[in-house]
Amino acid sequence: MAEIGSFALRLALALSVYSFLAGIVALVFQKQAALPGSQPHSRAGVAASEGNSFVALLRQGSESLGETARRAGVATFAAVFLAAFVLVVCAFQDNFSIAYIFHHSNRDLPAPYKFAVLWSGQEGSLLFWSLLLAAYGFVLRLRYKTDPRLFAYASVVLAGVQIFFLSLLEFAANPFGILEGALRPDGSGLNPLLQYPEMVIHPPMLYLGYVGFTVPFAFALGALIMKYPGEKWIHITRRWTMVTWAFLTCGVFLGAHWAYSVLGWGGYWGWDPVENASLMPWLTGTAFLHSVMMQEKRGMLKMWNMWLVFATFWLAILGTFLTRSGIISSVHAFAQSSIGSWFAWFLAITFTVFVFFFFKNKEHLASEHKLESLISRESSFLFNNLLFVLLCFTVLWGTWFPKISELVQGNKVTVGGPFYNRVAIPVALLLLILTAVGPLLAWRKTSLESLKRNFLWPTVGALAVAIFLMITPQSWGSPFGLKPWQDISYFYSLMAIALSVLVTLTVASEFYRGGRVISKHTGQGMFASMVQLTHRNTRRYGGYIVHFGVVVVIIGFAGSAFNQDKEQEMANGDKLTIGSYTLICRSYTDDDAPNYASEWALLDVYKGGKQIDTMTPVRRFYKASQQTSTMPDIRSTLNEDLYLVFEGLNPDNGHPIIKAHLNALVMWIWLGVWIILGGTVLALVPNAPAPVRAAVPARLGQPEAAPVATGD
Amino acid sequence: MTNPKPKAKPAKPGRKFARALLLCLAVFALLGAGDPATRFNEIGHQMMCICGCNQILLECNHVGCPDSDGMRNELMAAVSRGDSDSLVEQSFVQKYGPTVLAAPTTKGFDRAAYILPFAALIFGFGLVVMIVLSWKNRPAPAIAGGLRPVRGAELEQFRDQAGKDTDL
Repeated sequence: MAEIGSFALRLALALSVYSFLAGIVALVFQKQAALPGSQPHSRAGVAASEGNSFVALLRQGSESLGETARRAGVATFAAVFLAAFVLVVCAFQDNFSIAYIFHHSNRDLPAPYKFAVLWSGQEGSLLFWSLLLAAYGFVLRLRYKTDPRLFAYASVVLAGVQIFFLSLLEFAANPFGILEGALRPDGSGLNPLLQYPEMVIHPPMLYLGYVGFTVPFAFALGALIMKYPGEKWIHITRRWTMVTWAFLTCGVFLGAHWAYSVLGWGGYWGWDPVENASLMPWLTGTAFLHSVMMQEKRGMLKMWNMWLVFATFWLAILGTFLTRSGIISSVHAFAQSSIGSWFAWFLAITFTVFVFFFFKNKEHLASEHKLESLISRESSFLFNNLLFVLLCFTVLWGTWFPKISELVQGNKVTVGGPFYNRVAIPVALLLLILTAVGPLLAWRKTSLESLKRNFLWPTVGALAVAIFLMITPQSWGSPFGLKPWQDISYFYSLMAIALSVLVTLTVASEFYRGGRVISKHTGQGMFASMVQLTHRNTRRYGGYIVHFGVVVVIIGFAGSAFNQDKEQEMANGDKLTIGSYTLICRSYTDDDAPNYASEWALLDVYKGGKQIDTMTPVRRFYKASQQTSTMPDIRSTLNEDLYLVFEGLNPDNGHPIIKAHLNALVMWIWLGVWIILGGTVLALVPNAPAPVRAAVPARLGQPEAAPVATGD
Repeated sequence: MTNPKPKAKPAKPGRKFARALLLCLAVFALLGAGDPATRFNEIGHQMMCICGCNQILLECNHVGCPDSDGMRNELMAAVSRGDSDSLVEQSFVQKYGPTVLAAPTTKGFDRAAYILPFAALIFGFGLVVMIVLSWKNRPAPAIAGGLRPVRGAELEQFRDQAGKDTDL
C-alpha cells in the first residue's frame, strides 16, 4: 500500500510540474500571438499571409498546450486524492509498518479518529493541505470557461503552490515512510488532546480556510501579471474569498470550542501563537472583504486590495511556518520539525514574485481616487481597513515579540492574555464603533441631518442598555451590576455590550427602513417586505446579518469579565457552592475501556434548592500514548456555563479534586458563529432579479421615475 | 505691609463637576485595592505557571503540577505580608526568570511592546485622515462629451431628492 501512496504522490508532483511549466509556456505564446501586429483580422486574413498562419498556428498550439496544462492540474487532484485515500486505508488496516501510522494511531482507536489520523501529524496534515489545494484547483479548472485566460493564469499560480507542498511531501515529510526494524504489534496512539469529536472537523475547516486563500491570491497575481482589464477578477475573487473566509471563521471558532471543551482550563482563547496564526489571515481577509467594495463601487484601492489578498495568503503560510518550525514555542505545536526552512524559503519566494510583478505592473492598478466628504462610506471603509490591519499587526507583533526581545535584550518574555487585553481590546472596540456607523453612511457623502436621523434612536437605545447594566443589582440574578470604574475589564465589557446594542439597533433600523419602503410600494407585510429586501440585495443584508453575528460573539466575549472559579477536594456528600449552583458529590469511581482508563466523579447540581442536573467530569489515561487528558463536563445555558473539571485524585486520601468554573455568556459565542455563517451563506445567494420600481413623481426636470438600487 | 491675598476665582460649575467626578472615580478605583484576595487574584492572573503548560498561574489546572501550588503559596504569602505589586513581581522574576510575567513589563525595551501598536494606530489614523483629505481636495475629473459635472448646491438638491424618493 505504501508504494501505491508514494507513487501517487510522485505522479501528482510530476503532473503539477507539467501543469505549471506547460501553463507558463502556453500563456507566453498566447501573449505573443495576441501582440499588436501579430493579430489576424479575420480567418481569411490568416490564410492569406504566411506570417499570420504562423501566428494562428502559434495560437492553436498554445491553446492546446494550455488545455493539457489544465487537464494535468485536474489530474493532480485525482493523484493526491489517491495518496490520501491510501493513507486513510492504511490507518484503518493498522498498517504499523508505515511510520506515520505507527506514530499517530493504535488498534483500539475509534474509527472516526482513524480517519482523522490523516491530519493529526505533520506528514499527514501536509498531505491533507495538498489534497485541499488540489480540490480547490480542481473546481477552479473545471470552471475555467468563466474567463479562460484569467483562470489559466490562476491555474499556473495554484500549480506553483502545489509543487511546493508536493515537493515537501516527496523530499522532507513523506507520509509513506517505512518504519525500520521489526513490525510493531500496536501503534503509539493519537495525542489524547486530539481524541475529541471536534477534531474530526476542526482541522479540515481551518485548512479549507488557510488553503482557500491561495485561490484569491492566484487570481490576484494572475490579474496583476496579465494586467487584467476591469474589475471582473475582483467579482470572481470575492466569492471565493467569502467561501474561504466562512471556512476559516468556522475553523477558528471550532478551535476555540475545542480548546474550551478539551483543554480544561475554562477558557476558549489563550492567545497562543498557533491561535494567533489562524487569526491573522482572518483579520486581513475580513479587511479585504470590506475594501473590495470600494474597488467594485468606486474603482478605488486597487493596489491596496492586491496587497491585502497577498498578505492574507502569506499570513496563512506564515501561520503554518510558525506551527511547524518551532521558532516560537506553543502548546498547540503538535507537529514540529525541521521543515520550517522550507516554509521560510517559500515565503521569501512568494514575496519576491509578488513584489516583482507589483512594481512591474503597478501602473495598471492606478485609479482615480476622489472623495466628496470625510463623512462617507468610503472613509469608513478606509478606517475599517486601518483597524483590521492594525489588529493583525498587533497580533503579529505580540506573537513575534518574545523572539524579538530575545534578540534585543538576550532574554525571552511571555506575551500572553494580559498584553492582548491591554492592546487589542481598545482597537477592537473602535472597530465595533465603525461596525455601527459604517453601514449607515452613504456612498460619497452623508449629511449631518441624515446622521442624526439614523443614529439618534440606536444611540439612545445603547445608552439605555448601558445604564440599565450599570444599575441592575446582582441580587436580580444578573451577572451585571457593572461598575466600570471598579475594574478595567468591567469597563471593556460595558463598552462592548453597549456598542453591540448600537450595532444591533443600526442593523435592525436598516432592515426596518428598507422593509418599510418595499411594504409601502407593494402593500406586503413588514416581515415579507424585509425578506424580499434581503433577497434583492443578499450581499448587503447578508453582511448585516454577519455584523449581527459578530456582536453576539462580542457579547459572549464580554461575559468573561464575570467568570468565577473554585477548586475543592470532594469526598462523597461534600458540597461546593459557586454562583447560584451547589454541587454535591454523589460518587466517584474509575472505569476501563479498550483505548483508555478513566476516573470520574458523579456530582448532583442544585439551583435554588432544586436538583437540576447530574454532571460527570472525567479524567482519562490513554494506554497507547501513556498520557492523561481531562474531559470537562459543561452545562450550558444562555446566561452561563457551569464547567466542571476532574483535576485528579488527592494522593493522600484518594478523593477527587474538582475545579468548577462559572463562565458567563459563553453560549452567545457559539450562537454568534452560527449567525455569522448563516449571514455569509445568505450573502453568497444570488440576488432576486427584479429591482423595485418606485412610482416617483417627476421633479427637478426628471421625466420618469428611476429604479431604486440599493448599494452594498 | 502685606499685600491682600488675591481673591480666588470661583470655579466654574463644569470644573467643579469634573473634579468631583475625578475624585469619585479615584475613590472607586481604590476601593478593594487593598483586599488580599483581590490582589492575589489580580497578581495571579498577571503571572504564568512555569511548568511548561503555558497557562496563567491561577488557571493552571493539572493536579500534580510541580510548580503551580508552590508559586500560589508564595504569592499568597507575599500578598499577606503586604508586599507591593512591583515587589512581588520582582521577586518572582528573580526566582523564575522574566517569562514568569504573563505580559511584558513597562520598563526598558519591553515598553516597545505597548508603544508600537498605539504608535501605529496614531500614525495610521493620521495617514488615513491625510489620504481622505487629499482625495477630497482633488479636482473632479472632466466628463467627456461636453457634459457639465453636477456640483455644490445642485448636487445636494439631487441627493436630497434621491434620499426622499428612496427613503433609504
